[in-house]
Amino acid sequence: MTVQALLPNPVATACPYCGVGCGVIASVDAAGQVTVAGDPAHPANRGRLCVKGSTLGETVDLEGRLLHPMMRTRSGSLERVSWDTALEAVADGFQRAIQAAGPDATALYLSGQLLTEDYYVANKLMKGFVGTANVDTNSRLCMASSVAGHRRAFGSDTVPGSYEDLDEADLLVLVGSNAAWCHPILWQRMVANQKARGARIVVVDPRRTASAADADLVLQIRPGTDGVLFAGLLVHVADHGAMDGAYVATHTEGLDAALIRAREIAPSIAATATATGLAAADVARLFAWFAATPRAVTLYSQGVNQSAQGTDKVSAILNVHLATGRIGRPGMGPFSLTGQPNAMGGREVGGLANMLAAHMGFTADDIDRVRRFWAAPRMAEREGLKAVQMFEAVAAGTIRALWVMGTNPAASMPRADHVRGALAGLDLLVVSENVVSNDTVNAGAHILLPAAAWGEKDGTVTNSERRITRQRSFLPLPGEARPDWWILAAVGRRLGFGEAFAWRDPAAIFREHAALSGFENRGTRDFDISGLSALSDADYAALQPVQWPVRTRSDHRDKRFFASGGFFTADGRARFIAIAPPALAAPADAARPLLLNTGRLRDQWHTMTRTGKAPTLGRHSPEPCLAIHPADAAAAGLADGDMARLDSAHGTARLRVAFDAGQARGEVFAPIHWTGETTAAARIGALVQAASDPFSGQPEMKATRVAVARVPVAADGFLLCRGAAPVIDGLLWTKVAVDGGAGLLFAAPDALDGPALIRRAAGPRAVVAEVSDPARGLYRAAAFCGDRLEAILFAGPGARPAWHGVQGLFGRPLLDAASRRALLSGRSAEGLPDPGPTVCACFSVGLTAVTAAIGAGATDVDAVGRATKAGTNCGSCRSEIRRLLARTGAPVPA
Amino acid sequence: MSEPLVVIGNGMAAARFVEELGRVALGRYSVLVVGAEPRLAYNRVLLSSVLAGELAVVDTELKPPAWWEAQGVTLVYGQRASAIDRASRSVWLEDGTQLPYARLVLATGSDPIRLPKPGMELPGVLTFRDHDDVGAMLAAAGPATRAVVIGGGLLGIEAACGLAATGTRVTLLHLMDRLMERQLDAEAAGLLRAALEARGITVLLSADTAVVEGEGCVEAVRLTDGRDLPCDMVVAAIGIRPNATLARAAGLATSRGIVVDDHLTTSDPVIHAIGECAEHRGTCYGLVEPAYQQAGVLARHLAGKPDAYEGTVPATNLKVSGVPVFSAGDFLGAVGTQSIVWRDPGLATYRKLVLRDGALAGAILCGQTADAPWYLDLIRSGRPLGPLRDGLIFGQALAEAA
Repeated sequence: MTVQALLPNPVATACPYCGVGCGVIASVDAAGQVTVAGDPAHPANRGRLCVKGSTLGETVDLEGRLLHPMMRTRSGSLERVSWDTALEAVADGFQRAIQAAGPDATALYLSGQLLTEDYYVANKLMKGFVGTANVDTNSRLCMASSVAGHRRAFGSDTVPGSYEDLDEADLLVLVGSNAAWCHPILWQRMVANQKARGARIVVVDPRRTASAADADLVLQIRPGTDGVLFAGLLVHVADHGAMDGAYVATHTEGLDAALIRAREIAPSIAATATATGLAAADVARLFAWFAATPRAVTLYSQGVNQSAQGTDKVSAILNVHLATGRIGRPGMGPFSLTGQPNAMGGREVGGLANMLAAHMGFTADDIDRVRRFWAAPRMAEREGLKAVQMFEAVAAGTIRALWVMGTNPAASMPRADHVRGALAGLDLLVVSENVVSNDTVNAGAHILLPAAAWGEKDGTVTNSERRITRQRSFLPLPGEARPDWWILAAVGRRLGFGEAFAWRDPAAIFREHAALSGFENRGTRDFDISGLSALSDADYAALQPVQWPVRTRSDHRDKRFFASGGFFTADGRARFIAIAPPALAAPADAARPLLLNTGRLRDQWHTMTRTGKAPTLGRHSPEPCLAIHPADAAAAGLADGDMARLDSAHGTARLRVAFDAGQARGEVFAPIHWTGETTAAARIGALVQAASDPFSGQPEMKATRVAVARVPVAADGFLLCRGAAPVIDGLLWTKVAVDGGAGLLFAAPDALDGPALIRRAAGPRAVVAEVSDPARGLYRAAAFCGDRLEAILFAGPGARPAWHGVQGLFGRPLLDAASRRALLSGRSAEGLPDPGPTVCACFSVGLTAVTAAIGAGATDVDAVGRATKAGTNCGSCRSEIRRLLARTGAPVPA
Repeated sequence: MSEPLVVIGNGMAAARFVEELGRVALGRYSVLVVGAEPRLAYNRVLLSSVLAGELAVVDTELKPPAWWEAQGVTLVYGQRASAIDRASRSVWLEDGTQLPYARLVLATGSDPIRLPKPGMELPGVLTFRDHDDVGAMLAAAGPATRAVVIGGGLLGIEAACGLAATGTRVTLLHLMDRLMERQLDAEAAGLLRAALEARGITVLLSADTAVVEGEGCVEAVRLTDGRDLPCDMVVAAIGIRPNATLARAAGLATSRGIVVDDHLTTSDPVIHAIGECAEHRGTCYGLVEPAYQQAGVLARHLAGKPDAYEGTVPATNLKVSGVPVFSAGDFLGAVGTQSIVWRDPGLATYRKLVLRDGALAGAILCGQTADAPWYLDLIRSGRPLGPLRDGLIFGQALAEAA
């Protein structure tokens, strides 16, 4: 009997991507093939899934998986070792670092992808037993500013509202959030509200994003001036009788100082417009709508958080909602959209260097309380180092032993090249990973620990609306992979903390976590799930999605916070904050005239460890592109599709230029997803500055000064092969997952030896069909073993436009003679044209079909859907279709 | 009273001429055709199919007897013309008959070149030109027979394939280092060789025949390098020579062939020549297509309609089943040309296009020749390729879908 058969099937679990926290139903068929569907019963998504969630089944294969512990030998190679050897080496390495330089010479760098139970064990081990608060997480790069903003205003890290508010609001203001791409399912709820109830959507963003396509009002704001806009809004509501005087008087402190500062920053609509680079009429419209609309929700994400003034930006937003009393009531409130599936769980556990545990901080009382609960021998007595500081300490040598879990700081941290170099100098770098190779592993990890991946893990996650959902396993642990909590507990025991780390399963850990949340709480702390502390193993296994707080087993009170005050400050009153005058961290720089913004694309996730495996997701944006306004490009001598070199003070990247009139002049955008594993030269983290927020420690990753220059290219092209694509020195390549193998899109700065390249990809015995047209610099080849298509190479003119179509043919290893003859023409046997870049990934509808439908008279998204099925499943592409409609089918760069 | 017009020769050029003349000048001439071969005009191109047993002799007839009658043509075949008396404007036949003409058309075709080597006169040494040759080959062919075909050009290859189809064990000798060197480059010739060898034909290149040996009948072919090839039959297909004997004897201007102008008129204004016997602008064609074009031009000329023949860009189609090969124009690629090459060894496909000044100048197609007419038209029209250039190598459908 197969192991799958031992596991329940299908299984209700949670999506591992963004912070929306959608429920998914995962099924495994007899062949081990995984299929997923939205969970109709889950309150977050009610059965819907975005394209990333829909394609999870394409991401669970074991190719590239780390399946057993490994250690680096003296020769520098990584070799397989037993769990005993590996765990002993981890404990020993930490032990030595502690003895040599104290607990603060050690650190854990965690991930918003970890489950709450994993987080809890990591936090307990370091802060209660090793004795350092050097426990930070990639959430620091994600929503630390929201945490700091919440705590300053509310006395606690509380998201006051619920997703229902997005259905019930009459005004939805998105600030620094491209929800259409980054939180697609919530975005669908907002657009549904807009359609059904006429709710207005306002998008405030420096870029004209996909979300802007659906907005009633778009404010393309000058980077770094969101605080000005909301200071202006505070002044406006104060001066136009939109304040809730009673609420302010009863439940808040500090309005006057905040208002005085706001008047200094943005005394009038005109002043606000000037400072933000917006049209006064647009500012006036937003202010008027907001003042007149009680049911208003302000949603914010990385555009607000990833800033050296992120905490003040959050405060500027919270100030407005406190002043109007629009908080914690249906359809009202500030709403932080978190980026990761369990960023919230990490915050609840305290997996941040400036939090202790269970939403407690580093006050003497909190430290003592947690010490007693844990019976901890060696409590951390003060805040630890936040991510940027942590890696600076690694560079400085004050941290000697670092354990990275489920994240890739060598790629994702600001100044990533600097961080990668710093990691190489550690006495001990432990990496708990799913993959055998990534930029952090290759930075010189000494010990690799094979961690369970999504589908294998078992525990809980918390989404952006404080809803705890079970993430359940439906696949067996492959090889010797183990859950992160198991690995941490095993190391804890080896460090001599036996009984404190003796859990048999995640249920036991969860009960302890829940108990701590209620320990001596008595309503003094927002985070309280003590009602779940007595769950039986069976109850835990069957736990349905539940929103905290859960103070008793049957706690069914309204889950919103602060409608009638009750803040978690000493006096129970919220605090208005007088924000600092908004400004970018990086001063203007004549040598670097452009401002680099970074962020996510629709169909990729973080460093692509999972999404990079899915051919369906590889079709939307196959390679990293620099979005730039055509006029800025022209000024730099760049044509659409050229290769560009991008330089900041910290690093350099080379990537393809994509004209985007939605970019403001002087601003460019590049995606964060590609790493040394997936691209030759587009590690964007390497360019990003590290200037950080003084309160949250979150770096300003969306405003780095850069210069752009053209990179001459001898030939553009692509290589398709079965198995892994070869890495060719000298080529500017990007790996793409494709059906039936791997793809390599490339630009060749120097002349390309096509025949050698196809041989290298297909082996010496393959039969090579080729077309060579030296006069045009064109070379195309297809390698066969018998009738089986092994590899395809296109180089020179026409190669890039042929990518999508040829990729389709590559999916069918056996070609009839007609298709084989047509293959190198880049067209299908029927002589059909290239389908174009995929717009709708669900139904593989290409740009060609969509523009054709528009050309044939489709005047709205639904008409295009009827004609092509595009946008009729997950809806992620509806905004793009709308943009295409707006352009009336003008071609977009391939 | 219509003028007497005599045609000497009853081959493909003659038949097409008569047909064209009937179309444009019916009744203006009373036509008499003299043919040496004792049969109706037939399609010589199909001889290899007859040899291969794919066609019967009758299937090769260009026109049925009734057609000739309907044309009002007098046919005299099985008779050779022995002389032309230009002074009296008459043609003498072997049997002494004298035929007056107002117009004379020479369509005497060509003769196989005989290899100037000892032993070529031995019984069992054949050429490959007409039905008699095919009959003689078939009489000797079969699995028990070993044949040596001398000449790796179009004709020799067709003879070799035809014989191989009868089960005969065939060795093909070629003096050059590649087959069909006048039509193919080395790579295409290599593919062709492989295809022939796949049909059981042994191909020997750079093979120079020293002597044909035999006591009373052919027994072996010895090469200059000393190799001895035992055989029961030798087919010499090393080329053709325009048959200009009568014309030369009659004092008409001749070079390799009978010299004609753009109206296919010889040095005697009432005597014309078409087909393989004619030499136009210094070229003697060994292909049927120029002969047909010449026949048409001459017919219109004699009908008083203005027309002129300006030569033909030669195009070769080797129609041996399974080995389609096409070649036309400048297939080697002279200085100042661009070449586009497409090869797929797995499909035994090779394609080379030669471009000059934005137009197609030549082409070789092996394996896939469906687009040959399209390429040939591009070559002959010389029209600028323009947007067709990018997809040209992939053939008409894909190029025009671009």
